[in-house]
Amino acid sequence: MDTFLQQLINGLSLGAIYALIALGYTMVYGVLRLINFAHGDVYMLGAFAGYFIAEALNLDAHPSIFGAIVVTIGSMGACAVVGILIERFAYRPVRHHSRLTSLITAIGVSLLLEYGGQVVFGATPRFFPQMIRSQTYSLGGVQITNQSLLIIIVAVIVMFGLEFIVHRTRIGKAMRATSYNLAVAKLMGINTDFIIAFTFALGSALAAAGGVMVALAIPRIDPLMGLMTGLKAFVAAVLGGIGNIPGAMIGGVLIGLMETWLGATAYSTYRDAVAFSVLIVILLFRPSGIMGTSATEKV
Amino acid sequence: MRPSRKLVFIVLATAALLGLNQIFEHGFGNFQVNPYYARIINLIGINITLAVSLNLINGLAGQFSIGHAGFMAVGGYTATYLTVYHGERIAAAFGSTLHDGVGSSIAMIASLGAGALAAAIAGLMVGIPSLRLRGDYLAIVTLGFSEIIRVLILNIPSVGGATGFTDAIPITNFFWIFAVALLTIVIVRNIATSTFGRVLATIRGDEIAAEAIGINTTRYKVLAFVISAALAGVAGGLSGQLFANPLNPQNLNFVKSIEVIVMIVLGGIGSITGAALGATIVTILPEALRTFDQQFPGLRMVVYALLLVLLMIFRPQGLLGRRELGWRWLRVPNRTRIPVALTDATDAVQHTDGRPVDRRSMLGDEREDEDQ
Amino acid sequence: MKPLVPVLFGALVLAAGSACERRPGPAGDAGGEILVGMYGSLTGDGASFGQSSKEGTELAVDEINAAGGVLGGRKFKLLIEDDQSKPDEASSAVTKLITQDRVVAVLGEVASRRSLAAAPISQKYQIPMISPSSTNERVTQVGDYIFRVCFIDPFQGEVLAKFAFNDLKARRVAVLKDIQQDYSVGLTESIVRTFTAVGGQVLDPVSYSSGDADFKAILTQVRSQKPDAVFVTGYYPEAAIITRQARELGMKMPILGGDGWVGDALKNGREALNNTYISNHYSGDNPDPLVQTFVKTYHTRFGREPDAIAALAYDAVKVLSDALTRAKSTEGPKVRDALATADLAGVTGRLKMNAKRNVDKPAVIQEVTFANGDVKFVYRATINPG
Repeated sequence: MDTFLQQLINGLSLGAIYALIALGYTMVYGVLRLINFAHGDVYMLGAFAGYFIAEALNLDAHPSIFGAIVVTIGSMGACAVVGILIERFAYRPVRHHSRLTSLITAIGVSLLLEYGGQVVFGATPRFFPQMIRSQTYSLGGVQITNQSLLIIIVAVIVMFGLEFIVHRTRIGKAMRATSYNLAVAKLMGINTDFIIAFTFALGSALAAAGGVMVALAIPRIDPLMGLMTGLKAFVAAVLGGIGNIPGAMIGGVLIGLMETWLGATAYSTYRDAVAFSVLIVILLFRPSGIMGTSATEKV
Repeated sequence: MRPSRKLVFIVLATAALLGLNQIFEHGFGNFQVNPYYARIINLIGINITLAVSLNLINGLAGQFSIGHAGFMAVGGYTATYLTVYHGERIAAAFGSTLHDGVGSSIAMIASLGAGALAAAIAGLMVGIPSLRLRGDYLAIVTLGFSEIIRVLILNIPSVGGATGFTDAIPITNFFWIFAVALLTIVIVRNIATSTFGRVLATIRGDEIAAEAIGINTTRYKVLAFVISAALAGVAGGLSGQLFANPLNPQNLNFVKSIEVIVMIVLGGIGSITGAALGATIVTILPEALRTFDQQFPGLRMVVYALLLVLLMIFRPQGLLGRRELGWRWLRVPNRTRIPVALTDATDAVQHTDGRPVDRRSMLGDEREDEDQ
Repeated sequence: MKPLVPVLFGALVLAAGSACERRPGPAGDAGGEILVGMYGSLTGDGASFGQSSKEGTELAVDEINAAGGVLGGRKFKLLIEDDQSKPDEASSAVTKLITQDRVVAVLGEVASRRSLAAAPISQKYQIPMISPSSTNERVTQVGDYIFRVCFIDPFQGEVLAKFAFNDLKARRVAVLKDIQQDYSVGLTESIVRTFTAVGGQVLDPVSYSSGDADFKAILTQVRSQKPDAVFVTGYYPEAAIITRQARELGMKMPILGGDGWVGDALKNGREALNNTYISNHYSGDNPDPLVQTFVKTYHTRFGREPDAIAALAYDAVKVLSDALTRAKSTEGPKVRDALATADLAGVTGRLKMNAKRNVDKPAVIQEVTFANGDVKFVYRATINPG
């Protein structure tokens, strides 16, 4: 029983990581219909930005909650800028070309960040400073660290925050309009370029927050860390229903739980295949994902 | 082409390839091919097969697969497995061994056939569920599939797991590589100019319209996908049995699939010679940048990624666009562009919830959105 | 069809033509510099190993050149190729080094799978290859031109298993292996074999993959089976996180690992690293003057402590220069014969080549400790082969 509960907690902590990244993915897709392959790499940049700020503040030796907040906000700001730059200089020029062009551009940007990261940061993994000392809370036989708890809480807050922004604010309305029909939204006087840039900034900032949070719990950071995690987060977004914010959360947690469950069996070596296998099965039976709206097309 | 000319072509091509193969393997008089260049040329041949076969599904049919490495792995491992574990017996059945021309040729044909079959079955299994869906889903499913294959291979010790299939017997040579490359080009080109090819072009232009005129789009897409997968499997079989080039799950990951996409995008998506050209450039470029790499390790891959982004921004149609390279521009019927009016017919298309579907087709590179 | 064929053939003939060259004479030995090739993972996921290798190699080459070179004053010229941590790139790099640059010997690789991919090329062209640190048994089985200067996985596994059984008194152990690394898979096999043979019980091995970051699922599973000790046979980036997460789950038993644990990022494990043990090729606190000079010069030049990978790369060069001196020639077969009888003192111990072209070397067991933000490897025991 202890083991089962422990695995449940493990799965939730892991799922929250995927969910945090999937939220940004799903938002950008929702507005632009673009699989932003570089999202996972912005998450990596977020972790590195956090790393450099924390090193500059010497937080490893003097951990503080205040410092951690400064690092998170700083990294979010840096990545928001990166997100805007990527959108402005890579995605906007190809926005009016075919979808394939956008997709390949996204892949190119992702490779650029990964290889560029290897040149600038070096390929050797670095270790993230312990801005908040790790603490383990024990309840019965079940352990959870303060960092895992933090990730779960942040993911939930971000989910509600995003829901609020998209559905309750003016800018959210503009985002939805842009997503609905870019040309018409423009005719209605919405500055669609600004809205898209804003979406990217927001998505990238979220990825950065995710990067810092994850680096706190699992301090190993390297330029390729966004690759697999990013892909799985994307799968989580599709699983939950791409473009749907609570869906991304559900998809992320589901994948986390399934990976944990499989990891505990004799088939632990197949863990990396779980997310993708589930995806194929889901697409067979429910192509729009768990929370997605039906996308049947009619003429 | 008349049957007699076809025959002449086959005989000539075989003779030429055999002659070149002889020079490659044993030199000619006092001259000998530098093994380093020979290796690169062989890799080019394999990459041509990969690129041209991917072009069938990504270029002609207008779908977007990013899991070509997965099919290459399925075919490659099947083929290599057959030669390693049953090759001697197959050769012996013909009174030969793997070390002479006859035996190794028979093993090569048998293993490539098995590889093609295995990859085709995999293609069918992936294609049926995902090709019913539109747009980006195929991309994600193929990507997922290739990851699943990679994880499976890691768990099979008899094919080497993480070490790679180092038991492979090097029976691949220049002749087989370029015979397959040529065959792939001929197959894909014949498809492009056939009724099947025109159906694919229609699907590429507008899937809904294609359905409306009674085309079973899923069936044709799956067929194209299966052929493409089978050819990738053959390329895998060649690659895995090339000297000192063992298959390794680490080489057959997401990055390899992207590399093949870069080849066809660079050459011009939809163009067969373009794909071949792209394959050549993408194979040679990193090698040519090696010297550069000694001063700045890692930088050549950055340059490579940057080139990809810049290419997309400034010349998204690639070097050749949809044209073919030849003595004269090939007049392939499918090159006739889908009229813009037809593509725009989708303006009326809506989701059930009233949202208009995304009207940008995956490959509508001829059309600019009107709101620019 | 018609236009395609001539174009393709034209290209082929051109390519073949440009690739042709005069049949080479015996490996370009006109006196002057001696070209030595090194291939390594300077980028990609194995970059830290490639970097250490490169530094160790460069240090040794420069020392030899400063001391007047070999074969009557001829200097080494080192050519380094990056393989991006990919096996097929390793093959291309080695083909280039041997057939284009015409090196007299090849040094590399660290990861066995890349050594295995490239070794047949060395064998085919009769150019000796010395792998500094590929511990997989099969590497030198490729042929008689392939050598190495490190011990092999079966020996390392034996050492670890016996240490756990005899010194740590463990009777029931769990093994965590990295399915993506042939090194880890091989080491796991030999640990399981030895530990069972001496009378211990090994729980079903659990697997993970390089690059994973969350190990709590498998660790919780291991915890529920209450082992006395846990082996983590993969490389340091994961080992650091695994130990940390194990301690977070309240697992206090000793954790053991192989030489793959040695790397800067192991520091990640922090306090969790206490009560962990590793087997290693050499110990930096070995008082042997040879070792101490090496540690000092390395530190002066690169600003950090040399790890075992760097030390082995350094030794590989020394073995090569010794063989060249004794062979009095740079011809492949002669260098091979000299390498086969190598017997000299290296910083990683005595380097005596055996009939299988491996060296019989002792392994050291080190206790890992973490204090004041830094990892220390404390020497515990030396275990000789046999």
